[in-house]
Amino acid sequence: MEMEMGNSGLAVEKHVQYILSVEKRKDDFVSVVMEHLRLNGAYWGLTTLDLLGKIHAVDVDEVVSWIMACQHESGGFGGNIGHDPHILYTLSAVQVLALFDKIHILDIDKVTNYITKLQNEDGSFSGDMWGEVDTRFSYIAICCLSLLHRLDSINVEKAVDYIVSCKNMDGGFGCTPGGESHAGQIFCCVGALAITGSLDKVDKDLLGWWLCERQVKSGGLNGRPEKLPDVCYSWWVLSSLIMIDRVHWIDKEKLIKFILDCQDTENGGISDRPDDAVDVFHTYFGVAGLSLLEYPGVKPIDPAYALPTDVVNRIFFNG
Amino acid sequence: MHGRPRKPEKPENAAASAAKAEKLRLLQSQFLSNHHNRIYTKEALEANAKLLEINPEYYTAWNYRKLAVQHYVAEAGSDPQAIKSVYDEELRVVEAALRQNFKSYGAWHHRKWVLSMGHSSLDQELRLLDKLQQLDSRNFHAWNYRRFLAELLNRSVEDELMHTEDMIGINFSNYSAWHNRSMLLCKQLKENDTGLTSKDVLSNEYELVQNAIFTDPDDQSGWFYHLWLIDQTMKAKPPILTSSWPSNGSELIISRKQCQGKCPLYEYRGLNIDLKEFPVVLYFNQAVSGVRSSTVTVKSFNVTWKPLSPSNSLASEIWVAYLNLAGEECHFEGPITVEFCIGQSQGILSSSGSPYGKPLRVAFTVTKEPIRVQDVEGHNPEMVSWEDPNFCADEVDSGVLNSDVSFIKERKENKESTISEWQKDTISKEIAGFRDLLSIKDYKIGKLTLARLLMADDALSFPYGNRSVHSAEVLELLKDLTKSDPTHSRYYEEHISLVLLQQLTSSEEMLRRHLFYFKGANTSSFHKPLCLRLNNLSLSRLGLFNKLLGVQMLDLSNNELQSIEGLEAMQLLSCLNLSKNKLGSFTALEPLRHLKSLKVLNISDNEIGSHSIDTRRYLFSSPLSHNEAVVWDPDVVPSDAASPTNYWEAFMLFKSLKLTQLDTIGNAVDDGRFRSFLVKIMPSLLFLDGQKLV
Repeated sequence: MEMEMGNSGLAVEKHVQYILSVEKRKDDFVSVVMEHLRLNGAYWGLTTLDLLGKIHAVDVDEVVSWIMACQHESGGFGGNIGHDPHILYTLSAVQVLALFDKIHILDIDKVTNYITKLQNEDGSFSGDMWGEVDTRFSYIAICCLSLLHRLDSINVEKAVDYIVSCKNMDGGFGCTPGGESHAGQIFCCVGALAITGSLDKVDKDLLGWWLCERQVKSGGLNGRPEKLPDVCYSWWVLSSLIMIDRVHWIDKEKLIKFILDCQDTENGGISDRPDDAVDVFHTYFGVAGLSLLEYPGVKPIDPAYALPTDVVNRIFFNG
Repeated sequence: MHGRPRKPEKPENAAASAAKAEKLRLLQSQFLSNHHNRIYTKEALEANAKLLEINPEYYTAWNYRKLAVQHYVAEAGSDPQAIKSVYDEELRVVEAALRQNFKSYGAWHHRKWVLSMGHSSLDQELRLLDKLQQLDSRNFHAWNYRRFLAELLNRSVEDELMHTEDMIGINFSNYSAWHNRSMLLCKQLKENDTGLTSKDVLSNEYELVQNAIFTDPDDQSGWFYHLWLIDQTMKAKPPILTSSWPSNGSELIISRKQCQGKCPLYEYRGLNIDLKEFPVVLYFNQAVSGVRSSTVTVKSFNVTWKPLSPSNSLASEIWVAYLNLAGEECHFEGPITVEFCIGQSQGILSSSGSPYGKPLRVAFTVTKEPIRVQDVEGHNPEMVSWEDPNFCADEVDSGVLNSDVSFIKERKENKESTISEWQKDTISKEIAGFRDLLSIKDYKIGKLTLARLLMADDALSFPYGNRSVHSAEVLELLKDLTKSDPTHSRYYEEHISLVLLQQLTSSEEMLRRHLFYFKGANTSSFHKPLCLRLNNLSLSRLGLFNKLLGVQMLDLSNNELQSIEGLEAMQLLSCLNLSKNKLGSFTALEPLRHLKSLKVLNISDNEIGSHSIDTRRYLFSSPLSHNEAVVWDPDVVPSDAASPTNYWEAFMLFKSLKLTQLDTIGNAVDDGRFRSFLVKIMPSLLFLDGQKLV
């Protein structure tokens, strides 16, 4: 279908080729700068491939053994082999294993133990042993433990209370109490509340208005008031709007057009704004955004777990 | 990569870039080796600093520095000067990294980590921060750091408020500053020892934000702050009970139907009612917590009040209890009086902590009619047909309105006491201000804010009723907005639906136009059921249920509904027609799971099964959100179903309902096997898609 739409459609093959090429490229400056978060990159790239129906283009065993080599004795994963463990990469590891239906190869107790120990007295989560606190880590802990069926290992009530303490006057959420609302942070908090069945704590109409006003004239979404649009917010804003059932408050057609305008139709990949340089991060968020917009030919993605819906269903309904 | 142009690299740049990459790669691999071997020499630390200056997000390098600091501090022993210089060096490295990347999480955290050790001077920090904020006044790391420092330096709320004012003075288009201001004011409002009232704290803010909005009405910086101010102004009121079912003074007459077996069947106005679970519904003007048997006492009944909101929420606008009137059966000849009292003892609180006001007593009677033999056939229910000829518009008397619909006349008492002059004045002044703005130009925010202010004014004028003197003007404003801002048209349309519902429930006369007696089923019954028909109104949103708590039969067909949020308030609902709407999934029917009396449901001609993305997925209790563990018979859901999600969701939804009639045709979900699945999971079903089941 996408091919029939010609230049204006999603260039599926180009994007698949682009992702596979990034996977192999390790020597240019950008790849070196990003070396420490290669596990995040693997999640972005592989999820995109799965959404485009091309996950089989990679060697599963190779990916899985590399992921397992990133794990530390503590149970946490580093962003690459030899890098320190952090909750950010632990979630990516679990998500990628979920894509391949390989969660069972994990020592679930060990991973659970690593995450559980990062919960603080006030319910918040640190990202690693060095104590940075952020609601991003709350989401990651909750999402990760839920995928492992171990949510009961933390104090969920306190975790939820902490997230609620980061709620702002505009209905959005910040990194820590007092922090300004930001679409990425809102995704994390709304996602964590969704997974814990606590969306009643969200003021859906107020937050929905703030989120729907992120759409600017070009059709793209920004992440905060009076900022430029960026393809990555097609994920953060859209998924949040979907979880609170307010996505019909934006113009979906205009957003689809904005995302498609950010494609590099020659060499594949999607960028933050039209004619900027592409990267895996924005390619993933563009494709995931199109998935949330029910774009034909892209597999549906779950707005809370950020994994293809069939993967999430397999974990929660077929278990 | 943000904001980097997409262009092929020139060959001469490519060479430079490759050299740069090679240099960084060397630094990084050397670093990892040092880290793994715990080498903390001066040279190793210098190389590490170089690495972080080029790549501040390289998080393991910051971890390494912390280990190195611990190593050197231990070595320094008790020499404070040596310790201080170790930490000072860290501050220098962070500063260099921040100059490269102002948004580096790792760098900011390292700085906080260093300062929290308490060996560094804080004097320079605010100055450094000011310099950075001049470069990017919206950087949220910098603002977070500012709040961190303010705490550390014990800066007063007033000083920080002054800072936000300065920032707004430099450029009013600074959402971050407005945000910080709201946080500081919240702090001021919460701290009781300041002796400041909402009025003191909020009054001057209106002028400040009006200036911003009026300077450039299309700049969003002040929009949300202004809405928050209105909300804070309106919030400064205690919770009140706006309605209940049964309502005060209502006299309910229930009839006993003849039946075989032991359990007697009762009906109320022609529709069955379960005496063992007789609902009492309380509707407050805002979400409250603390409703329990001690704060809402019911004479001679043991009751458990439950919030009517999803999941485990402790606060809700609606609270419900079920009385067991069947237990009273032996001496249940004359009328039985149920009396409850709200707020006699303290404990009911609004979300902002205001306690419930003056205690209120509500009483109603339930009378049982003698057994009538002709009701025997009532045991074999007929199929309910929603065809127009089955409804007749006979005059409905006020008593019926009161008990069946729960349309309560406005209470005049203690109305004035809850609304302060300041609230009324503030809203009026804002209305005047925004009318002025609109006289200059048709600004979107001007129209939307004026509509909101007019609705707020109505809410202040008629706290118990749904009356409105502004609704016509509000509708006009909203309709304009759907045209001038089509991107958000559906946002405005939902507001329009709510205003329509408000008009409709604002008076007996308006409501009567939508009330019809249903003469289709059980026509032999003495009382014909009363049906509220809200069909063909283009409704995209439901609300204003406070006046409709007793409705048993509701026709919402031919609207634009994709959600029925709030419908759970209609605890007596027995027959519901939702056909020809835009419901996209079974999850959209979550509110029905709270309706114990529901028997007849029509969801035909919707969009169930047509969407790959379900926007109600997380507003529906399920294993995904950990508020329901599902146990099903694996034989029930076909293992090869194209979309098993629909089956699971239907299973979770319908297993808790005891429907006798269901209509589902005209939805994409039907794959030829769905009907037999529904029959299997709902043994109570007598009619499915217009056919009698055998």
